[in-house]
Amino acid sequence: MSAQPTPTSRSYRIKAIARFREAGISLFILILGVLVALRAPAFLTLKNFEDILLNISILSIVALAQAMVLITHGIDLSVSSMIGLVAMMVAFVMKQAPGFSVVAAVLLGMALGAVLGALNGTIISYGKVPPIIATLGALSIYRGMVFFYSGGTWINSFELPKSFKLLSKGTPLGLPNMVIIAILFAAVVYFFLNYTRTGRDIYAVGSNPEAAQMAGIRRQRIVFLVYLLSGIASGLAGVLWASRFESAQTNTALGFELQTVAAAVVGGVSTSGGAGTVPGVLLGALLLGLIENALPLVRISPFWQLAAQGLLILIAVVTDSLISRSAKGK
Amino acid sequence: MTLLPSPDIESSSKSLLNATAPRRTFLARFQRWEWMLVGLIIVVVALNSALSPYFLDAQNLSRTSSDFMEMGLMMLPMVFIIVTGGIDLSVASNLGMCASFMGWLFMAGVNIWVAALAALALGALAGFLNGTLVARMKLPPLVVTLGTYAFYRGVAYVLLGDQAARDYPEAFTYIGQGKLFGTLIPFSVALFGVLAILFGLVLHKTTFGRYLFAIGNNENASVYSGVPVARIKVIIFTISGFMAALAGLVLAARFGSTRPDIGNGLELSVITAAVLGGVDINGGAGTMTGAVLSLFLIGLLRFGMGLLNIQGQVQGIVIGLLLILSILLPNIARTFSGKGRKLRRQSVWAMVAFVVVLAAFVAFFFWSRAAVLIQ
Amino acid sequence: MSEYCLELKNITKRFSGVEVLHGVSFTLRPGEVHALLGENGAGKSTLVKVITGVHQPDGGEIYLNGQPVRFDNPHESRQAGIAAIYQDLSLFPDLDVAENIFVGRQPATRGGVIQWRKLYAEAEKLLASLGVQLNLKQKARTLSIAQQQMIEIARAFSLHARILIMDEPTSSLTLNEVADLFRLVRRLRDEGTAIIFISHRLEELFEIADRVTVLRDGFYVDTRPLSDVTRDELIRLMVGRTISNMFPKQDVKAGDVALKVENLSRPGVFENISFELRQGEILGMAGLVGAGRTDVARAIFGVAPPTSGIIQVAGQTVQIGSPQEAIRLGLAYVPEDRQAHGLILPMSITANISLAVLGEYARRGWLQDKAECEAAFAAARQMEVRAGHIWQKARELSGGNQQKVVLAKWLTTQPRILILDEPTRGIDVGTKAAVHALMSKLAAEGIAILMISSELPEVLGMSDRILVMREGRMTGHFTRAEATQEKIIFAATQSIHAGGVQ
Repeated sequence: MSAQPTPTSRSYRIKAIARFREAGISLFILILGVLVALRAPAFLTLKNFEDILLNISILSIVALAQAMVLITHGIDLSVSSMIGLVAMMVAFVMKQAPGFSVVAAVLLGMALGAVLGALNGTIISYGKVPPIIATLGALSIYRGMVFFYSGGTWINSFELPKSFKLLSKGTPLGLPNMVIIAILFAAVVYFFLNYTRTGRDIYAVGSNPEAAQMAGIRRQRIVFLVYLLSGIASGLAGVLWASRFESAQTNTALGFELQTVAAAVVGGVSTSGGAGTVPGVLLGALLLGLIENALPLVRISPFWQLAAQGLLILIAVVTDSLISRSAKGK
Repeated sequence: MTLLPSPDIESSSKSLLNATAPRRTFLARFQRWEWMLVGLIIVVVALNSALSPYFLDAQNLSRTSSDFMEMGLMMLPMVFIIVTGGIDLSVASNLGMCASFMGWLFMAGVNIWVAALAALALGALAGFLNGTLVARMKLPPLVVTLGTYAFYRGVAYVLLGDQAARDYPEAFTYIGQGKLFGTLIPFSVALFGVLAILFGLVLHKTTFGRYLFAIGNNENASVYSGVPVARIKVIIFTISGFMAALAGLVLAARFGSTRPDIGNGLELSVITAAVLGGVDINGGAGTMTGAVLSLFLIGLLRFGMGLLNIQGQVQGIVIGLLLILSILLPNIARTFSGKGRKLRRQSVWAMVAFVVVLAAFVAFFFWSRAAVLIQ
Repeated sequence: MSEYCLELKNITKRFSGVEVLHGVSFTLRPGEVHALLGENGAGKSTLVKVITGVHQPDGGEIYLNGQPVRFDNPHESRQAGIAAIYQDLSLFPDLDVAENIFVGRQPATRGGVIQWRKLYAEAEKLLASLGVQLNLKQKARTLSIAQQQMIEIARAFSLHARILIMDEPTSSLTLNEVADLFRLVRRLRDEGTAIIFISHRLEELFEIADRVTVLRDGFYVDTRPLSDVTRDELIRLMVGRTISNMFPKQDVKAGDVALKVENLSRPGVFENISFELRQGEILGMAGLVGAGRTDVARAIFGVAPPTSGIIQVAGQTVQIGSPQEAIRLGLAYVPEDRQAHGLILPMSITANISLAVLGEYARRGWLQDKAECEAAFAAARQMEVRAGHIWQKARELSGGNQQKVVLAKWLTTQPRILILDEPTRGIDVGTKAAVHALMSKLAAEGIAILMISSELPEVLGMSDRILVMREGRMTGHFTRAEATQEKIIFAATQSIHAGGVQ
């Protein structure tokens, strides 16, 4: 009296491949690491690892938020402009009031980012504007606002208080603060996505929006939420960016949005929604950071860097699409 | 022969097909969206000519029109691609790569025209790669062109490094800077005009164009109906690559030189223009007329704002707003006209809260900025 | 206290000024299976959507357990204990079985932390109590349709739904799965759940339902106990007229071999498929859902070509690599899923009909609108498509009319070999008869027809010869004379390893 399926060899293969995907990226990273280490022993130093981690901290934070947006079958192209705007605004504040508490600065940044993200969320969720269009427009609008805000000027290193710069680079706990912040952020997101109903609702909305609605999930709220979170993450990233690079310019983070999408996609997040994991995204960010770090170490001329990076992103993205497609059994 | 028993009187109310529908004239096909664009263009022209005496100057218009032709050239195949439900993020990088390729060859002593032809070939090849990955390997266009967006730009840097290719012969720069004999019409505008008509006719009057709409509306059904979907996709991406290269030639000719970052960021403007032109981002709908009109609109807007000394990036605010509002406002209108539902109390509070927060943000924006800039 | 758990009185519903439900009344008792019957366009789906709160009635009242209610959205009806299971299932393909059951209400601590172990335990308990065995961690995407339905029912059950609405639940199920489903339905009924059962398969209604309500053109016609009504009466109530001759007999004068396949294989899908199809004959392909029949059709039509084997069209060996090539060779395929593969819903009837032969209305690629229009009009006219005008969008048509458009499209290609995949699934009785009559006519004109069908009466009534497939292999071949239901079922269900029937 059962509806027991005859387990086809196909379904077993699918499960194996899906588990393999994250293992695949890890393997790829490992092999790449070994190759680089062989070519350039300087790769295997603690300082170098710290460099890599520093480089990917900001990317990880924003990529995780982008992943949540992607899981709902959306996209947020405006993250780079949000980062730039918040960086500029917070830098202005720090210049004006050097005594301003750094923690408050972080909170301020996140609040500013929240407003921007909420705007996106409102337009997309309640205004029913397709995400790619809304965030494309927001990308231009927010970037224009950076120019307008700063009047074309920028904030220099010496205009920022030391405490602010230490926000990202100080190492009171052994690792640079920025890395710790990123790890904490990742932990929070992991918990959110795997252990709260709202987090699981995000997957449901991405997997089948109509069914989610029928199951009582407030779909509009969830969609609004992911863009809000993206704004908050971008705000945090903006503060860290200004702190790390000790400046805020009109072209801060220009073009960064595509890196976040690449990190997420390489990490296994499906652009059609419903699937993606935190470890996957972190691995994706790690891979991108590894590439950026390895190339100069292996003495590839800086002009090859962008091409090599691009090619590797292309390969990773294509391979990942192939794997995820066969896992879906299409 | 009838296949159905004759219907009862009380039975089905829907009638059999009667007469064929009337042929729709071109003007009748001119849908609401295009009229909206025309209206906006009129408003922009009126406003700007009132604000600046230099706006309606023929010389100025002529000069500024050529600024948008590269965007326009890339927009034409982009419309095809978006209509099929795809997207090509790599156009600007492709432009950069091809222009750099031509520049590199030229600096190495190759004849400029040969170099230009080689660049066109490279562009087509690059587009072909995109198309093959999308169509034959069935990978999502967003993802594929994301990768090539990075890769092609990288190749541009490999080719030119930190130098610039320059000193193009005048015969070549004519493409970007020259005007048609005896007129004020730039060559690039004429080139665009001819190609726009060509692309428009293909989209709306040929079987190829009909296939594009079919694919955009339901790709699977199109496959089952014998539409050569894979081949069509490869073709449109290849054309997109070719046009990106062509745009690269025009841009390099206009600047008179080429750096590897040439055309950086143009892809977003191209997509904006297409979407603002009424091409549905989900595929299956759109007109070339609308796209061309929106190009006009954006061009006029930017020109006008430039005359008012509004800086390029800040102009982006207006364009971005226009893009969003063009979709948002009709949506809002539809919600309020359709159901006439009363707003729930919760929604009203939410809206109030939102407006308050937004106001706080704006206040903070101007206050914090003033404090620093005044110094 | 009302004897009815659900009562609808005089429900009217209008869409854009057009009234689609005219004062429909309906009653439902707890612990009964109540069938809802009517042709496509009769108003069944609209009525269901009113009950579940997707739409709100423009007139009339709804009473739940004697109390007047009004549902502004599906969520409210769910909370009131009404659950609906539609044909397009509302499952989450990327989530696993257990999570699908508990989506939105996973067991959690007071602080909101999900308790996964508890979730899996409860899911297991629930499925066990319903007699369903499934791997809890399997992603819903990889499950069969029957399994997905089980999960939906489990979910409804766990939501303590007192009223369950099932819309065409058996159209994609095998006989065994239908039996399992009915067992589950009876169990739910015995526990007091009321079930509204929508199906076009009259035999099933006689098997599972207690009462039946018939709708026609948005009007309420009658409600009868199934013990008290005959099949013909039901048809008459639905259609307003008698339809005799459901399966018109045809005269077979089989001509030359139009299509011959030898040892077609595609590993994991089908193996060693061989048969001949002659002009003028209808070859029925029977078997359970998942037996691989559609895959064979898709292979022949070039959508997913076989990895080995020979296909011969009119005596010539050919390689069919795409549907284009198939069409050029005179093949046509009316797909199983008409909305996803047969039609382009947002496009007009004209555009749909002309799509497969668009090149014929073009001179050097340039579309001749007039020629296309006239041809499409003629084709639609011949099929007696019921619509306002030829530029109407395909999605606005009823199921039966949509199928007519698909048929019109393929007939325009003037095929010599026509493959029909479940041609009358989800179609009202009237159109069904029309389709069968059409098939007979085409066969008489010399077209070779391959008909895939899971409806045994249709297979037995329409085919000259019958092939049976099971798990990708051919397990039976019968002529019309020697075929019986039992023989076909046997061939369709017996285990491959126990030795096959020739």
